[in-house]
Amino acid sequence: MTYEVPDVPGEKTEEVSFSFDSRGWPLWEVFVRPKRGLNHAHVGSLHAADAETAVQNARDSYTRRSEGVSIWVVPSTAIFASDDSESFFEPFANKPYRHPTFYDIPPEVGQL
Amino acid sequence: MNTATVTTPLARYVVRLADDNLILGQRLAEYISEAPELEEDLAIGNLSLDHIGVAMHLYEYAATLGDSSTTADKLSFLRTEREFTNVLLVEQPHAGFGDVIARQFFFSAYQTLLWEALASSADTILAGISAKALKESTYHLRHAASWVVRLGDGTDESHDRMQAAIDSLWRFTGELFESDDLCAEMVISGAGTDPAALQVPWDTKVAAVLREATLTRPTDPYQATGGRTGMHTEHLGYMLAEMQWMQRTYPDMEW
Amino acid sequence: MQTTAGEVAFHELIDADEKIEPRDWMPDGYRKTLIRQIAQHAHSEVIGMQPEANWITRAPTLQRKMTLIAKVQDEAGHGLYLYSAAETLGISRDEMQQLLHEGKQKYSSIFNYPTLSWADMGTIGWLVDGAAIVNQIALQRTSYGPYARAMVKICKEESFHARQGYSILLALSRGTDEQRAMLQDSINRWWWPALMMFGPHDSDSANTPQSIEWKIKRVTNDELRQLYIDQTVPQAHYLGCTVPDPDLDFDVETGHWSIGAINWDEFWDTVKGNGRLNRERITHKVKAWDDGAWVRDAATAYAHKQQTKLEKTA
Repeated sequence: MTYEVPDVPGEKTEEVSFSFDSRGWPLWEVFVRPKRGLNHAHVGSLHAADAETAVQNARDSYTRRSEGVSIWVVPSTAIFASDDSESFFEPFANKPYRHPTFYDIPPEVGQL
Repeated sequence: MNTATVTTPLARYVVRLADDNLILGQRLAEYISEAPELEEDLAIGNLSLDHIGVAMHLYEYAATLGDSSTTADKLSFLRTEREFTNVLLVEQPHAGFGDVIARQFFFSAYQTLLWEALASSADTILAGISAKALKESTYHLRHAASWVVRLGDGTDESHDRMQAAIDSLWRFTGELFESDDLCAEMVISGAGTDPAALQVPWDTKVAAVLREATLTRPTDPYQATGGRTGMHTEHLGYMLAEMQWMQRTYPDMEW
Repeated sequence: MQTTAGEVAFHELIDADEKIEPRDWMPDGYRKTLIRQIAQHAHSEVIGMQPEANWITRAPTLQRKMTLIAKVQDEAGHGLYLYSAAETLGISRDEMQQLLHEGKQKYSSIFNYPTLSWADMGTIGWLVDGAAIVNQIALQRTSYGPYARAMVKICKEESFHARQGYSILLALSRGTDEQRAMLQDSINRWWWPALMMFGPHDSDSANTPQSIEWKIKRVTNDELRQLYIDQTVPQAHYLGCTVPDPDLDFDVETGHWSIGAINWDEFWDTVKGNGRLNRERITHKVKAWDDGAWVRDAATAYAHKQQTKLEKTA
């Protein structure tokens, strides 16, 4: 439900074509540092004509409940993403010897 | 006795500061849901909340001064047009985003200087409120100035519209720096500041932004006055009629 | 038909209750259903600003005024988060707004009802946001990652909305006869539209089975409506009010409230565009958008000029 609107019986739903053809302001990805000592983390995106207003918009949109002490904005088009297929990450799944639990050490040895 | 009044000079001074903020906050609130983009709607909401918030704190403080039995809400909703002492600039209506920005730019450029001065007021409560408000208005000015520059130096159309907004509100800027007996008294007590001293730095700030925006600083010698003595433009009455409607229609109720 | 590796992976993820992310392969229907639903959700948040903005300038106290502004501002923020989530599916916010303005994408019918008294600010917070929260909590588990994350953020922010609404109503219920009458009148006008927010009965809801299978929807319309009725009726009674339903009945056996028949003619009429304020809401939105065109263009032009200057000095 809620904010979902049902199709009117008998009324044809318009086939919507879309192309990501935007004449509007470009999209920016927003990263916020929640407090000192923590990394900036991705919190969402927004539209702005330039970097300076993107930072201002991020402040007004994403930190109005004091969620942050520092903001980064990055043009969404500047993000270069990995190929998320299995072949890209799976080879790391079979290397248990990178993890401490792989090694059996007698308890008498103490902290290692 | 009208319970929506304050009597001591300090209280009257604080109420004057509050009135500027309430009336501007209310004007900004009118604009919510009408901004050019969603992001800007959020920004306008923040401006409005900051101004109304500081107004409330100031009214609450004023209500504690002297033998007054008033409250922040009574001061906001039960005074008449002639009792409001805000400057005329903040009550001016806006026909569009250019007006909203020009009004905010002129006022925030003044208010940053005002709060800076009042942050070292001899009255510690007023100093505290001012120090907090200074942080807010510093951002207001940054936001407004960045828009003045973008609209002034954007397209030919936006340049003309922004120039028109600047020109039409210019006549309400002189009043920001008028001193009167109450100001003088506040300067002597150390609680207040002399607005006349803010004019030169204001002019410098404003001129620099207008230059960057490729806009012309108006030279219109006519300057309107009267807000501080309750002689308002015709716009304020309508705004109060709307703002005070609930309290006037349903008197003495809790909400 | 050959099943591709992407398709297999999609179904495995859905079955394992894992999230689908923007760059994953997904069926066309899944993408379209999501775009439609998220866009409608976003439009609803944005159009939903209007009925409440209608009372900001008249709010009776400074605190109520500030709370209402903060709430309407949240609706704008939620619209923004949701448009962003939809944009990860390959449609721009501009395109979605265009579709809204042309009437090709809709928003929740609840916002086509007028706000006629201050009590409506309370009732909207309590009943309308209350209904939205019931739905949105369920949607935090939706299968599309960006939508689910937007829901988590929105639910967190909205937790104050219903409470502030109910606190407005509590003040009225403890007030004068005039205030109590205002309160009851408001509930009378909003009760049925709020129940209609959950959409048609499951038996008449064409999209539900597919959406449930894809885990876009996790709970059906009727299930959510019942949950909502059960939590809301006692809250109305606590206010000393009634809900406008002569058939309302509590079943001791099941522990559920049962309601009379919903007026589906009114529901479909409003969806079709013939509610009280369909035209006004869109007109207001389109006007704000058109009035802002010169501002958006100016910002774009300024950004290009700065970019060019930068390139010249480089």
